[in-house]
Amino acid sequence: MKTLIYAEHDNQALKSSTLNAVTAGLELGQELHLLVVGHGCGAVANAARNIQGVSAVLVADAPVYDYQLPENVAPLLEKLTSKYSHILAPATTTGKNIIPRAAALADVQPIADVVGIETTETFVRPIYAGNLVAKVSSTDSVKMMTIRTSAFEAAAYSENPCEIEELSFEFDAGLSTVVGQDLATSDRPELTTARVVVSGGRALQSAENFQILYSLADKLGGAVGASRAAVDAGYVPNDLQVGQTGKIVSPELYIAVGISGAVQHLAGMKDSKVIVAINKDEDAPIFEVADYGLVADLYEAVPELEALLTAYGVEVDAPVAVSA
Amino acid sequence: MKVLVAIKRVADVNVVVRPNSEGNDVELTNVKMAINPFCEIAVEEAVRLKESGVATEVVAVCIGPAKAQEQIRAAMAIGADRGVIVETDENLEPLAIAKCLKAVYDQELPQLIMFGKQSVDGDNNQTGQMFAALAGIPQGTFASALVVADGKATVTREIDGGAQTVELSLPAAVTADLRLNEPRYASLPQIMKAKKKSIETIPFASLGVDGTPRLKVVTVSTPDKRRAGTKVSSVEELVDKLRSEAKVI
Ligand SMILES: Cc1cc2nc3c(=O)[nH]c(=O)nc-3n(C[C@H](O)[C@H](O)[C@H](O)COP(=O)(O)OP(=O)(O)OC[C@H]3O[C@@H](n4cnc5c(N)ncnc54)[C@H](O)[C@@H]3O)c2cc1C
Ligand SMILES: Nc1ncnc2c1ncn2[C@@H]1O[C@H](COP(=O)(O)O)[C@@H](O)[C@H]1O
Repeated sequence: MKTLIYAEHDNQALKSSTLNAVTAGLELGQELHLLVVGHGCGAVANAARNIQGVSAVLVADAPVYDYQLPENVAPLLEKLTSKYSHILAPATTTGKNIIPRAAALADVQPIADVVGIETTETFVRPIYAGNLVAKVSSTDSVKMMTIRTSAFEAAAYSENPCEIEELSFEFDAGLSTVVGQDLATSDRPELTTARVVVSGGRALQSAENFQILYSLADKLGGAVGASRAAVDAGYVPNDLQVGQTGKIVSPELYIAVGISGAVQHLAGMKDSKVIVAINKDEDAPIFEVADYGLVADLYEAVPELEALLTAYGVEVDAPVAVSA
Repeated sequence: MKVLVAIKRVADVNVVVRPNSEGNDVELTNVKMAINPFCEIAVEEAVRLKESGVATEVVAVCIGPAKAQEQIRAAMAIGADRGVIVETDENLEPLAIAKCLKAVYDQELPQLIMFGKQSVDGDNNQTGQMFAALAGIPQGTFASALVVADGKATVTREIDGGAQTVELSLPAAVTADLRLNEPRYASLPQIMKAKKKSIETIPFASLGVDGTPRLKVVTVSTPDKRRAGTKVSSVEELVDKLRSEAKVI
């Protein structure tokens, strides 16, 4: 009985979502290995050696794994199902792309978005946009799942690096190629790990107006998020969407500005520690989950908020590290 | 080129669902059902491919009860030409659904098979990927743009951190994200026309797919509700509360 964690990385740096998945994996109480699949990802493997609780790092480093195309990676994972009883990946767009494909090859029914590990067989996951919670028990010989990162703390680093094992298995399905990638670069903390998230909705009306939220977020050392309506309207890029079908966040402070609070949005932020809502409609459903609700026009309240923070000299702790 | 679209019958997104009295399933008796919103986007995309002359036929397929006819008709009102129902009253898991779809795929031999990225009941986000594995074809998941030309599908994918464009050989599986398109409202003439289109029924048992669940549902429950807090009357009060009470800034 051994656990394998599929590491999330971009060939350069290990993503912190991997650390959340490791914590979930350690709750299984078994020997735990980490798998790094990529190309030129030696630095990632090296960083992974120091994660507390990881006793071996497996590396598959080859050009065919450059973008971790599911057509090429799934057969590798399927091969590893003979050695592991549990295979976990963070529930990111990478994990969701690869785990189901590998599971089908292994004739396994995977479990998506796990938020609780009860035993080595029983897991908890939200359904219906988080309106319900299901506890399921898997009868498959290998359990394959994606882990909702906001539900588990990040694992710590240790001083005792473990061994690295190189995997020689290389597979090229020849079915797909990446022809373009457009990734946002930002100095702000990553949405899913930020201590503070300031999110805007349809009420922001334009990309220009979102500047007042970026400015507030910077003051708080936070990240900016958005509702689907704001993303659909093109005010911000799609990867800022918080919700059932976007990112799941649970920062210490979530400030929802001009967001009505549809269930699909709540699904992505209702586990935040403290929720602030600023909305001019006092009956907006967002107030039903907000710890502090302010009925006000955002165009007056947000600049005033920022000015007050400046006046008080609010200094926020440095945001948690985005990557190791 | 033929396009197959997999559609799921789910509880309408506006319905607040509850656990059943045994607390081991979702209570769906008398709940309004609808086509999964992501599947509607998938159908719309397929119909647009037909309208632009790339596709020649759009076939909607659903694994579900006889009543899933309603959802197939909804897909037809958008513009699907034909329908297939793999009829079963069992609540199958994505692995079994993918196996059923593989059987229909082998019979229909489409060049493209469209899915929603996720069903809004189970929130699995698995079936398209699992089908693609079983069929041994490439997958373009979370698509926000799709171009089919020169024997290839070019898919722009919404990924964490931005967008990625992949080129897939055909046949290919594509799963639709929210921003792929905005589905049209079906017009009355379209709805009338849909009633005359043909739906083939395939009994689930005839496919030889093992539908035994791999996951046993132990409990279904309502999560602890977050309590509403207080309303503050000014920005000043808000900052004060955040500093002295919540201590988050
Ligand atoms: C299948 C599916 C999946 C979905 N997934 C997601 C998801 O992942 N994430 C998500 O967010 N949504 C999702 N949605 C959409 C969701 O249902 C809502 O439509 C969306 O969240 C609404 O966005 P909004 O709150 O910005 O806009 P609106 O609902 O239009 O709310 C705007 C709010 O701004 C307030 N306002 C207006 N002007 C001002 C002002 N000057 N000052 C202060 N307040 C003001 C209004 O009172 C209102 O409450 C999904 C929907 C479906 C069907
Ligand atoms: N019973 C079903 N019949 C047809 N298609 C389905 C069914 N279940 C899932 N799908 C397809 O798979 C997609 C993803 O579903 P899921 O993996 O359950 O999130 C849906 O949007 C549909 O396109």
